[in-house]
Amino acid sequence: MTDSALATNPAQVAAASAVAPKLTVRDLHFYYNGFHALKGINMDIPEKKVTAIIGPSGCGKSTLLRIFNRIYAIYPKLEAKGEIVLDGENILDPRYSMNRLRGKVGMVFQKPVPFPMTIFENVAYGIRHHEKLSKADMTGRVEQALRSAALWDEVKDKLKQNALGLSGGQQQRLCIARAIALKPEVLLLDEPTSALDPIATGRIEQLVEELKNEFTIVIVTHNMQQAARCSDLTAFMYMGELIEFDGTEKIFTKPGKKQTEDYITGRFG
Amino acid sequence: MSAQPGTIAPSLIQEQRSRRDARHERLFRWLLKGCALLVLAALLGAAGATLWGGRSAFATFGWHFLVSTSWDPGNDVYGALVPVYGTIATSLIALLIAVPVSFGIALYLSEVAPAWLRTPVASAIELLAGIPSIIYGMWGLFIFAPFFANHIKPWLTNNLGDQPDDGKLSWVAQHVPFVGKLFGSSYPFGASILVAGIVLAIMIIPFISSVMREVFQTVPTRLKESAYALGSSTWEVSWDIVLPYTRSAVIGGIFLGLGRALGETMAVTFVLGNAMTLSASLLDPGTSIASTIANQFSEASGLQKSSLMALAFLLFVVTFFVLLIARLMLRQLAKKEGS
Amino acid sequence: MSTIYLRRRITNWLAMGLSMLATLIGLAFLAWILWETLRQGISALNLKLFTRITANGADGGLANAMVGSLIINFIGIAIATPIGVLAGTWLAEYANRTKLGETIRFLNDILLSAPSIVMGLFVYTIIVLPSTALTHGSTSFSGFAGGVALALIALPVIVRTTDEMLRLVPSTLREAALSLGVPQWKLTLQILIRAARSGIITGVLLALARISGETAPLLFTAFGNNYMAINPIDKMSSLPQIIYQYANDPGDDLHAMAWAGAFVVTMFVLLLSLASRLVLSRSKVSHD
Repeated sequence: MTDSALATNPAQVAAASAVAPKLTVRDLHFYYNGFHALKGINMDIPEKKVTAIIGPSGCGKSTLLRIFNRIYAIYPKLEAKGEIVLDGENILDPRYSMNRLRGKVGMVFQKPVPFPMTIFENVAYGIRHHEKLSKADMTGRVEQALRSAALWDEVKDKLKQNALGLSGGQQQRLCIARAIALKPEVLLLDEPTSALDPIATGRIEQLVEELKNEFTIVIVTHNMQQAARCSDLTAFMYMGELIEFDGTEKIFTKPGKKQTEDYITGRFG
Repeated sequence: MSAQPGTIAPSLIQEQRSRRDARHERLFRWLLKGCALLVLAALLGAAGATLWGGRSAFATFGWHFLVSTSWDPGNDVYGALVPVYGTIATSLIALLIAVPVSFGIALYLSEVAPAWLRTPVASAIELLAGIPSIIYGMWGLFIFAPFFANHIKPWLTNNLGDQPDDGKLSWVAQHVPFVGKLFGSSYPFGASILVAGIVLAIMIIPFISSVMREVFQTVPTRLKESAYALGSSTWEVSWDIVLPYTRSAVIGGIFLGLGRALGETMAVTFVLGNAMTLSASLLDPGTSIASTIANQFSEASGLQKSSLMALAFLLFVVTFFVLLIARLMLRQLAKKEGS
Repeated sequence: MSTIYLRRRITNWLAMGLSMLATLIGLAFLAWILWETLRQGISALNLKLFTRITANGADGGLANAMVGSLIINFIGIAIATPIGVLAGTWLAEYANRTKLGETIRFLNDILLSAPSIVMGLFVYTIIVLPSTALTHGSTSFSGFAGGVALALIALPVIVRTTDEMLRLVPSTLREAALSLGVPQWKLTLQILIRAARSGIITGVLLALARISGETAPLLFTAFGNNYMAINPIDKMSSLPQIIYQYANDPGDDLHAMAWAGAFVVTMFVLLLSLASRLVLSRSKVSHD
């Protein structure tokens, strides 16, 4: 890990790896039904790194993730203020096309949610909405996505079977394949292993490690070991605020804030 | 990656696609909303069509239509009282029988019966609800009405009625007011208001009992357990805890059954005897709104047809409000559950 | 002290005994009705019923009524299913918790038990009367009008089950599809309705069971026809209508045929409700 040698604050992390931040969050506030759920979040998420967000439940970590692709907007009475800049454009601007955003930012959820169709169709379904591909191109694209999600060898003989027949871990990798088949630039993972057994969890973590060569990954997890194992940077959130954001090794060995240390050492949360 | 050709479409195409999506989305929404509004249109249309069809009857007879007992196609004079009375009388008899029986069934299935028996018995009762009403009508006409005329009616007329076969009035007929009139009859057949009420009762028992059973099951277990812990018996828990907790929904279920009974056609038409006269006796034949329409509409014309439409309008409005009350009552429990 | 206990215990026994009695009464009537339908129906069954038409009277069969029932029920379901599924989808996906949505959901529940004979008169007014006027009487009552009347009765059943089944679909499925950039209308048609498919099929089967025994709304719409009618713009016979007609006839032979018709209708309805239960329980297994 070259990252461990890097400087300790995120701006420096980004500077040192010589990439501009992929996502920049500026003074982000979030309200639901008048409840102030996120309070002035600022953070720079570097390109092609794994950024983990940790914190006790209810701290706003999932809420933050769900703003990155504006999936929150399907529910009424939710409101985000501030800016999230992706490649120089503010995605919270209502003029920013939802199609474009969802094509650029993919998401995988806590529980595996395969669509009620075949394995092949699950992956092809999203692609069809964004691109017109010939049958051969589509087959190639689906295979590529399934290979990237380390699922190809297990399902190549049963692509025409219903996806609901797969195991939980396979279903979750199928959901990852479905997300990366759109060739997004950012991949959001919302506690992707919380419903899986340890072996399936291990495979997903290994997959995250491989995927970061291609994607900017943001992962929310309640499992601190997981954050420590597979992320480059870690953000600690508490009560709707970003308490500390730094290199993962730094957060887990020399946290700068007392609250972070208390949480890491298990004194609360 | 982001520079790969073909993966990120130029923003013009994306904008076009977004606009197309928005257009489809709007169209889809309107299509769905249109279909949902058809439900509204069906209710308003049924009320409107019968009111329109009945306009000349309402205009000719005015309020008199509601209180007149004459239904005389010869002189073209029509009044609604006889079928209205028949509808209400049969429905009330049905409720009088169905409510206690349904309560007993619901109580048995939710509190008394052993667990292994509950599902099969509940399914069997629900099977009864699925049988088409014309089957109840046929059973009533060919099986129950003759059975009633041979075995039950003689006992009722002799022991309760004011026209016994041997001419000797029973004690009850002499001393209890109204009973003699209600059960006095010289009509020899089974078809009557009472038989129609009984057939209706059998038909609505499954509806009322399954609503009651469902609402009884919503009572929180901790509530019942704390009463049992105080030493209450099953009956005391049911009467003091379960029933008060579910009262509004139980009344809702009863009104739902009433709504069914008021509007039912086939189960009663066969066993009412189709008599357009008002009789105080429950053992005499009568008619109801729905069966009057079923019997006469095809051959009616002019003012008679309009009067039948007017009857249908009355029936529709009354059942609408009965069902409205039923649903409002049922909703109260749903709200309690939600809170 | 002990008299209180005794009285309470006797009350309890009495109440429990009465509740058991009520259940036995309910089951006894069910058994009685089913038994008579089976006994009288089966003894009246013969091949002629399925091959000959009602024009032959006591020497005929019910073939035209059976065909008519199938056509009218098919028209009813074919109209009510798309409208009902789309309306139910609107209630669950687009209008949940809006004022108009709540109102329509509520009114749909009322329509569910509205008197079916009034629905027949409604369709008589909007279809039979205009078509009589437009064709100068050559087309009046029709199988199509009967189908529309039955559709009005099937509609609220399908709306309600679709609405309920869609609201059971987990919201994560919606989020997953939307996060791929799929628009909501595609998500609804291609994923949500598919996920709720078996529940919706159950609703359609229940609606079919409900309408296939309906008699009252057909009397003034499809009317009846003693000959075989296939064209939906003709007057059309149906099993319930023939049962009604034959049962009201003084002839004993016709009564037997009415029982045979009643047997066929009852079996059809019971098989449908059995099938709908099977569909629903199968779907539960596959989701676990």
